[in-house]
Amino acid sequence: MIINKNEIANILTKLAEEYLVIAPVQKDGIVQFSAIKNGAEACLTFANTKKPGKEILFPQSEELYSYTIDTEGVRMQANVDQKETIVFGMRPCDVKSLVLLDNVFKNDQYQDVYYLTRRANTLIVGLGCNEPAATCFCSNMACGPFAKEGSDIFLTDIGEAYVAEGISEKGQALLAKLGLGSATAEQKALANQLQAETKADGGVNIAGIAEKLGGMFEHPFWDSLHEKCLGCAACTYLCPTCHCFDIADEATDCNGCRVRNWDACMFPLFTLHGSGHNPRPNGKARWRQRLMHKFNYFVDRYNATACVGCGRCIKNCPVNLDIRQALADIRALD
Amino acid sequence: MRNPYLPLPMKLVKNFTETSDKLIHTFTLEFLNEQDAENFKYEPGQFAEVMVYGKGEAPFGIASSPTEKGILKFSVAKVGVVSTALHMLEEGSIVGVRGPLGNSYPLEQLKGKSLTIIGGGFAFTTLRSTIQYILDPANRGDYGDLTVIYGARNPGLLLYKDELAAWDARSDINLVTTIDRAVEGWNGRVGFIPAVTKEVAPKTDYAIICGPPVMIKFTLPVLEECGFTPDRIIMSLENRMKCGIGMCGRCNVGSKYVCKDGPVFTKEQLDKLPNEY
Ligand SMILES: Cc1cc2nc3c(=O)[nH]c(=O)nc-3n(C[C@H](O)[C@H](O)[C@H](O)COP(=O)(O)OP(=O)(O)OC[C@H]3O[C@@H](n4cnc5c(N)ncnc54)[C@H](O)[C@@H]3O)c2cc1C
Ligand code: SF4
Ligand code: SF4
Ligand code: FES
Repeated sequence: MIINKNEIANILTKLAEEYLVIAPVQKDGIVQFSAIKNGAEACLTFANTKKPGKEILFPQSEELYSYTIDTEGVRMQANVDQKETIVFGMRPCDVKSLVLLDNVFKNDQYQDVYYLTRRANTLIVGLGCNEPAATCFCSNMACGPFAKEGSDIFLTDIGEAYVAEGISEKGQALLAKLGLGSATAEQKALANQLQAETKADGGVNIAGIAEKLGGMFEHPFWDSLHEKCLGCAACTYLCPTCHCFDIADEATDCNGCRVRNWDACMFPLFTLHGSGHNPRPNGKARWRQRLMHKFNYFVDRYNATACVGCGRCIKNCPVNLDIRQALADIRALD
Repeated sequence: MRNPYLPLPMKLVKNFTETSDKLIHTFTLEFLNEQDAENFKYEPGQFAEVMVYGKGEAPFGIASSPTEKGILKFSVAKVGVVSTALHMLEEGSIVGVRGPLGNSYPLEQLKGKSLTIIGGGFAFTTLRSTIQYILDPANRGDYGDLTVIYGARNPGLLLYKDELAAWDARSDINLVTTIDRAVEGWNGRVGFIPAVTKEVAPKTDYAIICGPPVMIKFTLPVLEECGFTPDRIIMSLENRMKCGIGMCGRCNVGSKYVCKDGPVFTKEQLDKLPNEY
């Protein structure tokens, strides 16, 4: 299928009548995912959104339930979001991160109804990256600027138009409904060429890293890695695969709600016990946890690396700590 | 889809001051809905998230035994927001409970075996559950000899004094209580748990141990001296928790989540994990 760029705004506006449409929008000086009513608001020329796509299914802050308590007992109201949603223009790294997060929010015993209900009601239109940023290394991370895994529809920008491919049944059905024209053989060839040739190679090689890290918990390598880290947690908040959260109460005497908020292992309070004991008392233990979780523990648990190479942690770290370098240094260790 | 974040409403029927320093209270809770009482099937060693409405939620080991029908008990030390709020609740108040969470002591696997159970401080709570369970007439025949070593700093800090007396009067349990320093009127042993364990030198198939990190650290070598191999030493870990269901990412030790894969591990399993707990 083919979508001419000058048709995009109309298509989105139309879709927004029926669905909640979320697209990248240029707002307050950054590109961020936002609900739109008018398709012209969508901004599809961006290297990557500041905050990752995970926020659509797993918001930075969300109410889990509210309650009222009185002499009769307790009434609870869970606020599970049921809206049929279309996310238009998510980069492949962020789409892949959702595939990874699915593992977390649905384990063999428990289902996170908030994330999973949104997930089931959301159709994702992925958008390939013609010009990956200097900090991107998705090609090294089982992902890539044109990786289609997780997208329902996939768009390739060929200049004046997007070549649109229906990946899932859900995506194919929506494309059919939009009544688009077919891409010509030339347009398809151009899209294929872009998909095959565009790389975001950050020179990162993680082959064997999981196994190597497995034996490195006590290694002196960790002693210096964290030294300039400020513990600000920008790297973890802005990481599309980081999923840690806190649960807090907001309440008056009889009415209240429980809210969950993103949290991060880079904070010392994250693991502080009531007794005062802290199993991760210093920056060393926390940076080790961050790296180990992504490249060893997650692999052990879900058989996938918890990094998609989006580069946000590199771009946004105030002291330029570079995870690519950390991985290269680990590789170079005997 | 069941929502694992929603607590079951329970009524606080007893708020009992357990220790002489008043810092530990035992709470007895009753399910408000009969159906919840039916569905809440737990095993000794599991925990639950207890919520004081408006204050928050915290994980506590379940101190009651599944053989005590219709109620749950928790013994809670006053250390922070939720525990203090709980201590102040009046009987009749409503609290929320999410659970049961985590794994349990492998009581099925331990059938036919003799056991040593060692507890220190208020970590004795889930051990109470285990002992009550084993001593229940329906279950006692399934297990061999039972030795319990339980220590506290002073007699006033021992939990469950009535039950300790009842257990002591029975012939099918060898109960050894100990306190750190001699005081008048105390007839039990005096000394720290590792030393007392050495004196008692238990010879059973398995050991279950739960207590503060220092106590565990010094007792483990004694247990190994007594001939317990790491696969026969069963421990319970504590980590800071929020979700209790393996999602919030807080309580991991290596690739294991203490809330979901634990809190009960054998020493053999822990020896394979990073020492970060
Ligand atoms: C599986 C499991 C079973 C447990 N079983 C029991 C049990 O049976 N009985 C029991 O009493 N306890 C038990 N605990 C421990 C219990 O969960 C904690 O003591 C409890 O969470 C305290 O909750 P709180 O809200 O009262 O304390 P909090 O208010 O959360 O804080 C307690 C202390 O933590 C530190 N702290 C926490 N947050 C902050 C912060 N933001 N800033 C500074 N300091 C902070 C401080 O030292 C503070 O005094 C168990 C824990 C686990 C994981
Ligand atoms: S670790 Fe860094 S590069 Fe990897 S997914 Fe997270 S933010 Fe992106
Ligand atoms: S963004 Fe940089 S400084 Fe901040 S916690 Fe992460 S590594 Fe440390
Ligand atoms: S408490 Fe959330 S993962 Fe264990």
